[in-house]
Amino acid sequence: MSRSGVPDARPRLVVIGNGMAGARAVEEIIARGGTEQFRITMFGDEPYGNYNRIMLSHVLAGDEDDGAIFLNPLSWYRDNGITLHAGVRAERIDRFTKHVFSSDGRVTPYDTLIIATGSRSHMPPMEGLYTPGGSVKHGIFGFRTIDDTRKMVAYAQHEHHRHAVVIGGGLLGLEAASGLRRHGLEVDVVHSGGHLMSAQMGPEGGAVLRRSVQGLGIGVHTGSRTTAVLGTDKVAGVRLRDRPDIECDMVVMAAGIRPNVDLAVLSGLPVERAIVVDDSLRVQDEDDVYAVGECVQHRGQVYGLVAPLWEQAAVLANHVTGADTGAAYLGSRTATKLKVAGVEVASMGLQGPELETDEHIVFSEPSRGVFKSIVVRDNKMVGATLLGDSRKVAFLTQAFDRGLPLPEERLGLMFDLGTPGQEVGVAELDDDAQVCNCNGVSKRALADAVKGGCTTVAGAMDATRAGKGCGSCKLLVGQVVEWAAGGAVEDDPAASYYVPGIPLDKQALMAEIRKRGLRSVSAVFQALAPGGREDAKSKMGLASLLKMMLADQYIDERDARFINDRVHANVQRDGTFSVVPQMKGGVTSVQQLRRIADVAEKHKVPLIKLTGGQRIDLLGIRKEDLPQVWADLDMPSGYAYGKSFRTVKTCVGQDFCRYGTGDSTRLGVELESRFQGLESPAKLKLAVSGCPRNCAESLVKDVGVVAVEGGRWEIYVGGAAGAHIRKGDLLATVDDPEDVKVLAGRFIQYYREQANWLERTYAFVPRVGIDHLRAVIVDDAEGIAGRLDEAMQASVDSYVDPWRERDDPQTPGQFRTSLPLTVLPQVPVR
Amino acid sequence: MSSTETGTGTKIHVLGPLEQIPVGEGRAFAVDGKQVAVFRLREGSLRAVSAVCPHRGGPLADGTIDGQVVICPLHQHAFDLATGCSTTGANALQTYRVRLDREQNLVLETAPV
Ligand code: SRM
Ligand SMILES: Cc1cc2nc3c(=O)[nH]c(=O)nc-3n(C[C@H](O)[C@H](O)[C@H](O)COP(=O)(O)OP(=O)(O)OC[C@H]3O[C@@H](n4cnc5c(N)ncnc54)[C@H](O)[C@@H]3O)c2cc1C
Ligand code: SF4
Ligand code: FES
Repeated sequence: MSRSGVPDARPRLVVIGNGMAGARAVEEIIARGGTEQFRITMFGDEPYGNYNRIMLSHVLAGDEDDGAIFLNPLSWYRDNGITLHAGVRAERIDRFTKHVFSSDGRVTPYDTLIIATGSRSHMPPMEGLYTPGGSVKHGIFGFRTIDDTRKMVAYAQHEHHRHAVVIGGGLLGLEAASGLRRHGLEVDVVHSGGHLMSAQMGPEGGAVLRRSVQGLGIGVHTGSRTTAVLGTDKVAGVRLRDRPDIECDMVVMAAGIRPNVDLAVLSGLPVERAIVVDDSLRVQDEDDVYAVGECVQHRGQVYGLVAPLWEQAAVLANHVTGADTGAAYLGSRTATKLKVAGVEVASMGLQGPELETDEHIVFSEPSRGVFKSIVVRDNKMVGATLLGDSRKVAFLTQAFDRGLPLPEERLGLMFDLGTPGQEVGVAELDDDAQVCNCNGVSKRALADAVKGGCTTVAGAMDATRAGKGCGSCKLLVGQVVEWAAGGAVEDDPAASYYVPGIPLDKQALMAEIRKRGLRSVSAVFQALAPGGREDAKSKMGLASLLKMMLADQYIDERDARFINDRVHANVQRDGTFSVVPQMKGGVTSVQQLRRIADVAEKHKVPLIKLTGGQRIDLLGIRKEDLPQVWADLDMPSGYAYGKSFRTVKTCVGQDFCRYGTGDSTRLGVELESRFQGLESPAKLKLAVSGCPRNCAESLVKDVGVVAVEGGRWEIYVGGAAGAHIRKGDLLATVDDPEDVKVLAGRFIQYYREQANWLERTYAFVPRVGIDHLRAVIVDDAEGIAGRLDEAMQASVDSYVDPWRERDDPQTPGQFRTSLPLTVLPQVPVR
Repeated sequence: MSSTETGTGTKIHVLGPLEQIPVGEGRAFAVDGKQVAVFRLREGSLRAVSAVCPHRGGPLADGTIDGQVVICPLHQHAFDLATGCSTTGANALQTYRVRLDREQNLVLETAPV
């Protein structure tokens, strides 16, 4: 019954499977007036709305939040009047009475049925996959769903889990491997084929890819098969055919996928490798049952990528709604363009020559990770593989799809040599040509977005979702936007600049500053900003950079600082400030505590609070009272306000704790004394723990130190547990606490010089790679260790406690109130 | 500070010496029961706008400025110093005329109500 009480006469459309194909098919149906035409019900095994499965690689790598990948949130279903049974499994179909039976005991009638059950991870047969109880052994993962991904992330972040083996060296396996690598695990890939991604490319391409993958610190074992997973109750390793065992804590199965066809088989539908459909996506010999996506077999083909299923969904919708009953799906040409483990991969047609008369043009530059191979037959392109450089992809895809005649000079197929260039390629591209395969965005959709006013590449990407999948099409998206805007495209200037107001990246900016001998922020604007224009958003970053580069040679213009750095305290929501005195390593004394208590009493401090950084915060201090509060405290600043070195958390360590193996408290205090107040691109928070129980949480600090048995110290870098969570990477293990200070200092200096403004170490370390950092900082591979140490020493020597300014204000009215008429405090007083 | 009223109803307020405001910064003044932030741009000119951020009451005199805008320190809304209009979608600020007199004192005008 509908709400009005009149029986709802619309036929019932039921969809089984709420993944990328199922939801897309429904979107296409709705676009053809399906909401008026049908009462729509969807069953989804996963307890969520529809999300972008492709993005799971990004979620695993920690680049994307799992909440950000939803394509159709639950409200979409509501808004379109769709009944969604999320977390409910369809178990059987009665084709004769036209009912679906589901796991919640429900029996749902249908007039038209769509099956879109997708695939699942394949578990290749081997010993040791299951516990005696029959469940999958603890530590073995598939890589298919959001839940799989969440579990993997949680497992990978466990401190005892340090080594993963990925079974399968195809697209999925390499994505899993690079994602886990980003969590700091050692990763090995075992692949039964002779080379990586053997479904997409030939052996030479595979060899180049192997180099790039190994460059990420991932071990590659090709031509080998895993015969067993070792370990009794949880994973302890894998056994390989003809090779030594690999010890590991987790195993990821990425050895292919299998279509989910149990439901179809059980219900008597025709299934070979997958559910057999005709050119209208109707299940063979059925009138009212359709199927779409990875669970279908069409003309003998089963697809495992999204581009074909976008085409299928459109044809299906034409038939189901009757919008175009002549529409036919004739199969998809498998031209794939992907970004796998950060490497661009494009492949189409043949991997190599097959006939004696085939021409084969190959270019290989393994050191840059670039490989290109093109197969030509009768002056038509019949196959191409591009690795590491897909600039010619637009042109090649067209040549492949349409059989265009080729330039006589074949090299022009690979490089721009006066042959149809990229722009020509973009202009010639069909309006319907799909630019973003992941999200199914056509050239027309992008052009429409530009016409609608999105004249930046980023804006058009936001509006259409183009480029937001694997990211491999971003270059092409940029070209299409440029073409559509007729060259009037506004680019996003901030992308590579250190600060938005000066068109230089950090290294170029530093070089110019040095060359021209610039010493103040205003001088930098005058010399390097377009039109000499200052830019408020750039000031703080420049001030930090100049101070880092010049130490006491820096001309400090106070207006370049953020308010916190002008008054050395953190501005609060009501314009008052918080005061956090230094308490090195979290160690305090009777005198300090008494003084803090006296100050709090005297100044009627609204809130006294222990911070997460092991010190005491006095909150709600008026700006004009700051100098007096500091004078009464007579303690140095704890820098709880700046983009600078903050604190070193410590545990009690050896002197008191029964497990302590190192004097963590002392080392922490020494580290804090050494690095106090250093400016850096973003906050630096350190910790030292006395044993691997890690009470000071060293593994999630910018620099974390852990004492281990035998008087040794492990140094971790790039950890985080704030807005992002990341386990630090082990930089080095040293014998002497003095070496900890040297290496930590060298790392910090390198970070100060190389990191982008506001780039925390949790982003910086994975960006440059721990292997590179180890080479530069521990092994001195670039011969700069001495210089880094000197620069750090100069910064350490130029430290002055900023709270001394209480006796000597730097500017008129430095501590004058900015809200003269407001009654303070507005924060609650406890 | 002293205030005088002109014939047209515009009030003239002398806020004291320019040196109260460091170059490139702002300071807040209480004028006629209102709070006004006066900024001294690096190129030498002056700007005056209401001192309380329309977003959530942030102290604009503590903001960061350049030749065009002031950025509120609390949530980074930006406001054009000449027009008061927000470049980030917040409500606009009230602007005031401000200049120096011969003794290098800040002089602010408030319009008749
Ligand atoms: C006072 C304190 C909370 C407390 O009561 O315990 C605090 C307070 C603030 N934190 Fe924090 N953080 C405090 C410990 C932490 C910690 C824990 C720690 O340091 O061990 C973290 C997680 C570790 C980390 O830094 O990643 C933490 C992660 C953040 C973040 C997220 C940073 C990130 O990139 O992940 C921000 C936001 C930012 O920096 O942009 C932030 C920002 C802030 C600011 C400064 C927000 C602001 O700009 O006003 C808060 C100031 C409040 C105020 O009114 O003064 N705070 N904050 C802690 C001061 C510690 C200290 O003694 O210095
Ligand atoms: C990590 C990862 C990365 C990928 N990267 C790329 C890429 O870069 N490019 C690319 O083109 N492709 C990529 N793919 C492949 C792409 O995601 C798939 O081709 C696509 O999701 C297939 O869509 P589908 O709807 O057929 O299947 P799915 O998206 O799997 O949807 C099927 C849904 O049906 C549900 N279901 C199954 N049986 C039942 C039942 N009986 N009752 C109720 N519900 C049921 C399942 O739970 C699932 O939610 C990637 C896949 C993964 C896992
Ligand atoms: S880290 Fe170890 S030594 Fe330190 S307090 Fe914890 S248990 Fe004790
Ligand atoms: S109070 Fe000014 S931006 Fe929020």
